Amino acid sequence: MGMLRVSGVTKIYPGHSDADEPVRALDGVSFTVKDDEFCSIVGHSGCGKTTLLNIMAGFDEATEGSITLDGRSTDTPGWERAMIFQDYALFPWHTVLGNVSFGLEMKKVPKQERRAIAMRHIQLVGLGGFENRFPHQLSGGMRQRVAIARALAVEPHALLMDEPFAALDAQNRSMLQDEMVRIFMEERKTMVLVTHSIEEAVKLSDRIIVMTRRPGRVKADIEVALPRPRSEDDPQFVALKARIRDLIHDEFDLADVPAAAAAAAQRAAA
Amino acid sequence: MSAGAPVSAGSSPGSGDRPRIRRKSPSLVDRVAPYTGLVLFFGGWQAVSAWLLPRIDPNLVTLMPPPTEVLQAAWELIRNGQLAKHFWASLQREAVAFLYASVAIPIGLAMGWFRRLQQMLDPVFEMLRPIPPIAWIPLAILWFGISDFQNQFIIFLGIFFPLLLNTVAGVKNVEPNLIRAARCLGANQFAVLWKVVFRAALPQIVTGVRVGLGVGWMALVAAELVGATSGLGWLISDARSVLRTDIILVGMISIGIAGLAIDQGLRMVAKRLLPWSLAMTK
Repeated sequence: MGMLRVSGVTKIYPGHSDADEPVRALDGVSFTVKDDEFCSIVGHSGCGKTTLLNIMAGFDEATEGSITLDGRSTDTPGWERAMIFQDYALFPWHTVLGNVSFGLEMKKVPKQERRAIAMRHIQLVGLGGFENRFPHQLSGGMRQRVAIARALAVEPHALLMDEPFAALDAQNRSMLQDEMVRIFMEERKTMVLVTHSIEEAVKLSDRIIVMTRRPGRVKADIEVALPRPRSEDDPQFVALKARIRDLIHDEFDLADVPAAAAAAAQRAAA
Repeated sequence: MSAGAPVSAGSSPGSGDRPRIRRKSPSLVDRVAPYTGLVLFFGGWQAVSAWLLPRIDPNLVTLMPPPTEVLQAAWELIRNGQLAKHFWASLQREAVAFLYASVAIPIGLAMGWFRRLQQMLDPVFEMLRPIPPIAWIPLAILWFGISDFQNQFIIFLGIFFPLLLNTVAGVKNVEPNLIRAARCLGANQFAVLWKVVFRAALPQIVTGVRVGLGVGWMALVAAELVGATSGLGWLISDARSVLRTDIILVGMISIGIAGLAIDQGLRMVAKRLLPWSLAMTK
């Protein structure tokens, strides 16, 4: 379970007024995430990667094209596509246990089972013993672990992550990335990660989608076959990182060429 | 430089080489200062009423009895049960009116959640809201007579609008990602509204309850002054007609203390029930 097919997705936001040009955020994006595959989407900020994730989650809809999970359209949110947010989005009035149980309650899992399932996922993310704490009593890294446990507990067919580690400090970020590798190996499922960190993408993914700048298009669809856990010093790791960086930077330069040329012309004239 | 270098050596020679980080205990002046104002206030009052006024005109004392006489009157009213009786009458009206006014919570939730409903109802409430509850008293007396219900109606108006406004604002301020998180965990519209939006708005709703009860308490006294036969408001209005200024003052002080107690009580309850919101607003 968990084949995610993105086909010809275009997203156009209307301008704020009639004078404003409509903004084309995504333009004919197509790719497929296989069952149990870890896929990262990387690109500049503003390349529409979060928009794409929101359409996958059902929070937003495509202007053209469609996204399906196991053949079913993703136009409304549902537990099959649980999401992890950059700001954790934990319910502050619930304990860790209450947060992780929330989705199970929504799925109408019987009460006794709920507790057992929630506890297993709290253990999985390494928070055993903290189940009765409230989110405000936890550090940022721990809060994101709770959010991961909460999303995994409903056993989604695909797990969607929107820059989940971006708000953490460097140490916590790298620790949670390693944790994510371990969790992925233990709880195999389709995962989609939106990130601006190339290193994060290479460390975690089976597939990396590199997006162009606005409008967002698929620039490269790269399969990563390196064995896990991956070492950042491995030459293949380093080479892949460099390749993706070039793909993104190349994009950056291209986008700035007209502006740079104009600036140079102006300088020459002056 | 070693890590153990005396930190305080420069500022206080001879204090040894352990840095002194003990908090300074408050000085005598610090401790006494808050009370001096009160002592001066009551002392001055006593002096004016018991010594100055009788010298000018003995009848003036009737208008401003000294604190000692007010205390005596308070004791008398406590002993014969009058104070408790009127206090409970007022408190009961406030409580009943609050029960009526709590319809503002579901209405506010619905208005905050359904944009259309807010568009529809906002003009009506915005038109009614600036009318002070007290301005309704003449009409309310004609409608309901001199009765508990008339009083409750006035208090209801005082509580309703602050509660409604705060509930709507609470719903509007709910973190959008909390709603998204709930939806992608399988929550339907009703579950989102009840299990997420309502909970998340609760701190602001409690603020609305506090403001509302405060406004309601003020409206209560006004309503009782003119349209009741019991209650603290009636107590002071009745004492005026028999020139018992000591009882008026007891009544005024009781109204103040009761209002403060209601607010403090509510704060304590909120602290207990919503420990997370305090941590968030800190």
